Amino acid sequence: MADFTRRRIVQSMLFGGTALVLPSGLIAAEFGRGEGMPWSPFKGEPPYHGTHADSFFTPAEREAVAAICARLIPSDDDGPGATEADVVTFLDRQMAGFYGRGQHWYMRGPFAEGTATQGYQSRFPPAMLYRNALAELDAYCRTRHDAVFAGLTEELQDEVLTGLDEETIIFESVSAKTFFDLILKNTIEGFFADPIYGGNRDMVAWRYIGFPGTRYDYRDFVGHDGAPIQLATVSLTGRPGWSAP
Amino acid sequence: MTRELPGVDVVLVGFGWTGAIFAEKLTAAGLDVLALERGPWRDTAKDFATTFAQDELRYYWRHGMFQETSQSTLTFRNNSAQTALPMRHWGSFLPGNGVGGAGVHWNGQTYRFLPSDFVARSHNEERYGRLPEGMTVQDYGVTYEELEPHFDYFEKICGICGKAGNLGGSTVEGGNPFEGPRSDEYPNPPMEMTFSQDRFAAAARELGLSPFPVPSANMSRAYVNPLGLQLAPCTYCGFCEKYGCGNYSKSSPQTTIIPVLMQRENFTLRTETEVLSIETAADGSRASGVTYVDTSGETVFQPAEIVVMCAYPLENTRLMLLSGIGTPYDPRSGEGVVGKNYCYQVMSSATVFFDEEFTNGFVGAGALGMTVDDYNGDNFDHSGLGFIGGGYIACHTTNARPIESHPVPEGVPGWGSEWKRAMRENFLKTTTVGVHGASMAHRSNYLDLDPTYTDAHGRPLLRMTYDFTLNDRRLTDHITPIAEEIARGMGGREVKVNALNGSYDSTPYQTTHNTGGTIMGSSPADSVVNRYCQSWDLPNLFVAGAGLFPQNAGYNPTGTVGALAYWAAEAITEQYMRQPGPLVQA
Amino acid sequence: MSGRPASRLALAIAAGLGALAAATGPATAQELAHSQVERGRYLAIAGDCEACHTDFENGGAPFAGGRALSTPFGTIYSPNLTPDDETGLGRWTREEFHRALDEGRDDEGRHLYPAMPYPYYTLMTRQDTDAIFAYLRSLEPVAAETPENDLPFPLNIRRAVAGWKLLYFENETFDSVPDQSEEWNRGRFLVDGPLHCGGCHTGKNWLGADIDDEYLRGGLLENWFAPNIRGGENGGIAHWEVEDIVKFLGTGRGRHTVPMQRMGEVVAISTQNLREEDLRAVAVYLKSLDDAVREEHDAPEAARLETGAGLYFDNCAACHAADRSGVPYFFAPLDRSNKVLAEDPASAIRIILGGARTQPTEAAPSMLAMPPFAWKLSDAQIADLLTYLRGSGDRRAAPVSAAQVAEMREYLAQEH
Repeated sequence: MADFTRRRIVQSMLFGGTALVLPSGLIAAEFGRGEGMPWSPFKGEPPYHGTHADSFFTPAEREAVAAICARLIPSDDDGPGATEADVVTFLDRQMAGFYGRGQHWYMRGPFAEGTATQGYQSRFPPAMLYRNALAELDAYCRTRHDAVFAGLTEELQDEVLTGLDEETIIFESVSAKTFFDLILKNTIEGFFADPIYGGNRDMVAWRYIGFPGTRYDYRDFVGHDGAPIQLATVSLTGRPGWSAP
Repeated sequence: MTRELPGVDVVLVGFGWTGAIFAEKLTAAGLDVLALERGPWRDTAKDFATTFAQDELRYYWRHGMFQETSQSTLTFRNNSAQTALPMRHWGSFLPGNGVGGAGVHWNGQTYRFLPSDFVARSHNEERYGRLPEGMTVQDYGVTYEELEPHFDYFEKICGICGKAGNLGGSTVEGGNPFEGPRSDEYPNPPMEMTFSQDRFAAAARELGLSPFPVPSANMSRAYVNPLGLQLAPCTYCGFCEKYGCGNYSKSSPQTTIIPVLMQRENFTLRTETEVLSIETAADGSRASGVTYVDTSGETVFQPAEIVVMCAYPLENTRLMLLSGIGTPYDPRSGEGVVGKNYCYQVMSSATVFFDEEFTNGFVGAGALGMTVDDYNGDNFDHSGLGFIGGGYIACHTTNARPIESHPVPEGVPGWGSEWKRAMRENFLKTTTVGVHGASMAHRSNYLDLDPTYTDAHGRPLLRMTYDFTLNDRRLTDHITPIAEEIARGMGGREVKVNALNGSYDSTPYQTTHNTGGTIMGSSPADSVVNRYCQSWDLPNLFVAGAGLFPQNAGYNPTGTVGALAYWAAEAITEQYMRQPGPLVQA
Repeated sequence: MSGRPASRLALAIAAGLGALAAATGPATAQELAHSQVERGRYLAIAGDCEACHTDFENGGAPFAGGRALSTPFGTIYSPNLTPDDETGLGRWTREEFHRALDEGRDDEGRHLYPAMPYPYYTLMTRQDTDAIFAYLRSLEPVAAETPENDLPFPLNIRRAVAGWKLLYFENETFDSVPDQSEEWNRGRFLVDGPLHCGGCHTGKNWLGADIDDEYLRGGLLENWFAPNIRGGENGGIAHWEVEDIVKFLGTGRGRHTVPMQRMGEVVAISTQNLREEDLRAVAVYLKSLDDAVREEHDAPEAARLETGAGLYFDNCAACHAADRSGVPYFFAPLDRSNKVLAEDPASAIRIILGGARTQPTEAAPSMLAMPPFAWKLSDAQIADLLTYLRGSGDRRAAPVSAAQVAEMREYLAQEH
């Protein structure tokens, strides 16, 4: 073990490294040097989830998106769908945030179409992809069916969506297929994500499929041996049972 | 004019599993060690506490702790005839970032490669004859026997939970009868299994196979490791792979090494610093240090006596290429070594759908599983089969996270009412029998620098050229039916086979087991580093990680990555420090 | 070899404790300077002098003073104990040093504020203080001016302390109790003398003096409640064995809980470096202290128990286990927790709001951290959770109100 002074031992026990201005004037967060693990109370990175004020869609876009989601995960006899889960609000907030901007993605050119195995190659980050695609979608529907997508019958809506998925309907400014794949993926996200993000309102989707939510201890249930487990569904910010009625 | 800092004994490029291992061993030997990590500081209570770790959207779908592609990514194509395009967001693999690297969000499945895996060429050629042209499979240059004490130590540092199958050459009931001889039992007993594992094990035994518990870095009980660090019992929360563990029950650099390192005065860690290149001395005889940039934007030169590359196979390979160290691999001529033998993993599975029984996938852990090794490595006779290697077949219960896991039976559409209903009906009643197949090296699968796309600093991105090979397809075609057979014996209503079809698709998640690019071997003609993980070109440069593997075996790589890191660290302290210079004569 | 996990800690105690302990025997007539300095160093560790007399927050040199100590009366800065002539103890004599620890006076005869725990140190003998003085003289002199205290009138007038001392200070000597064992007496000497446990763990009156009836029954300091540490019948740590106390103090890990925050400091700087037999003596003494039967509390309302139970299961079980048995030495069992069941719930409220962590020590370097719940749980929810934990076992403590939680939340917001 390295030979260190008593002072350093004490230092390491009590106080952790923090962002130090190094003697040489470097700007970097530095840790170690015998100063122990950094810790202070209240420190943590709870989820950043945007607010109701975060919005990207125009009213027309919102209507179109809500209608699409309602066909991807419909409300029916079997149970609630994207509408009850308020997936459109989730998508609105996502498009308004770093995800919609593609901020964490590599969005440098040149852009090319790519093969099926090369993933997302649109020059547009998600929010602008949505914007362009929704405009083209409504334009297509007006031309073919005399109404925007949200105004079509459910049968027609399904037909159009199938056309996007199977690439019989092509858009000009963006790939219709890429848009379809993305909105399906995002709709599933919005349906099942923690309610803190705006969708899965009141944990309706989790309760629908029997997912107990954000629990962290199932030791008492490891021996379930194939029997169902009844547990109240809970989210990151809790459940009704946490407060007196 | 790049500012020069005071020199240190050792610079570690990257601070994940291998960085932590080297830091601990080299500081214990009295060296001044500086670790440079591109990402931020990460620790349990701050970054993935039990109060918010269970957030599917944030950590998986929005890549909360993975490398940001906007900062660095790679380009990909299936073959040389195509143009490689950037992986604009991750899909098939999820490189780590920040302190602890991918060691924070791995599953914890911790295997040792088989003795025959380390001599894949000589062993297979001896048994089956010459390997096909184009298969660039090679021997590692180090044997299982030499690595055994280091496997043992890494398992003890991690507290791996399992059952030995071969102790000192004698087969032991309940473990893997095919494993290489172990000097000691696992430090902790296996995890308690759930319903799905019980059904799998019974079905496997019916077929004459030998199931054993997956060696797990999710603790089966409270444990104190050789450094005095404490790991708590796993609570089966089902947020393991892709997530950090909130209650100290998964082995990671944070739980097994870092707190002790933080007490050592001769260890320094700088975060948010990105190494741009490894510098070579003017006479070309040694590495002189590294150039890096921190968040101030300033570029500095950090001199060092020893440089260890711990930045993950992809970044390690790219850094060597950008720094002009070693001869880049040329797939046309087959000459050169840096970037050669990129390998991955060959995955397939069979999903079982139950009618009455609940598999309750949310009661899960990353390495909770039962597995059989009867079709791994050379554990079965390959005569006439036309391929080498194999894979384990396992039934894990790791999660039932709804965005990620909502299997539906064959023929169900991808959206709409029918899909929704099928999803609900089957959500809590499925499990999967998976094949984790070896990936043999081929001259057409390699890494090099992209000619077009650059990162934020203007440096070329790494380019990956990779597709499944004939060996891969024959391997998966042979073993997937066995997985299916086991699955059909588990008492479900139906089984859906998810076979490997078509070209390698970089979009759906498979594994984060990228190997090769900086391979180890016995000759500088066909490897980047020697058997001590020391560069053939610069004797004070060492390389860590799965980039060392000449080809990938049918196991998760971390156990072998850890053993090789301890092996190389020992070579530095016991050999190199006493007599600096090449440890192997070329 | 798959050893039993807990035994590693036992081995680690021996290793850790052996490292820095001073080896001394009974006082001999011929006192070698080295043994005197070693004896003094050990007593200074026991007295935890370095903790107050080092400005950790600003990277100050050890024993050079300057640490700001916030008292209910204002801020006091610790003096420089290094042998610097101008700013430290360089010109002090042994007699003056003894008088400081024995009577609470400085070299000019002025009264010391009892933030310096001389009411406890007074139990030490002239030989003890000479040894400490010899140790301090052996340190490197550091020039460090002590900042002015920040006390309001009339507390800033030292002569005012005379009145306080008249009321509350007794210049005692330590007398062994004859029918108790040597170990017990040693423990009592340490507890009431150098370790000055009562400094935090004994209730104080409005002038900051010990209330005799509240001896080691718990005290509030800087809005932390240092709990009842009587180990006899009805005491706060009645359920602890001698071995538990020894491990707690010696390794910073215990079966029932771990030292945190201020007590973590004490263990890190002081007790983890004491000899095991001294820790055992302390434990034996504490175990002998009975307490009055606790006040009976009614069970809380059923509605609060129900919400509290749900909150507990959903939020706390991942570490503290569904049945509150925790993981000994890792995550405290909560069913008989002295912190949870303390009369004053301040510490429990504070830990839930801001989080806490195990103190890394030589024997146990892990930093196991409990995350903050302030962002996740409301005042009412934390109150219900604590009411459930305090009201649903065999020993009950009073319920907690949302207002109490709100008050602590506001206090902490100002601090941070």
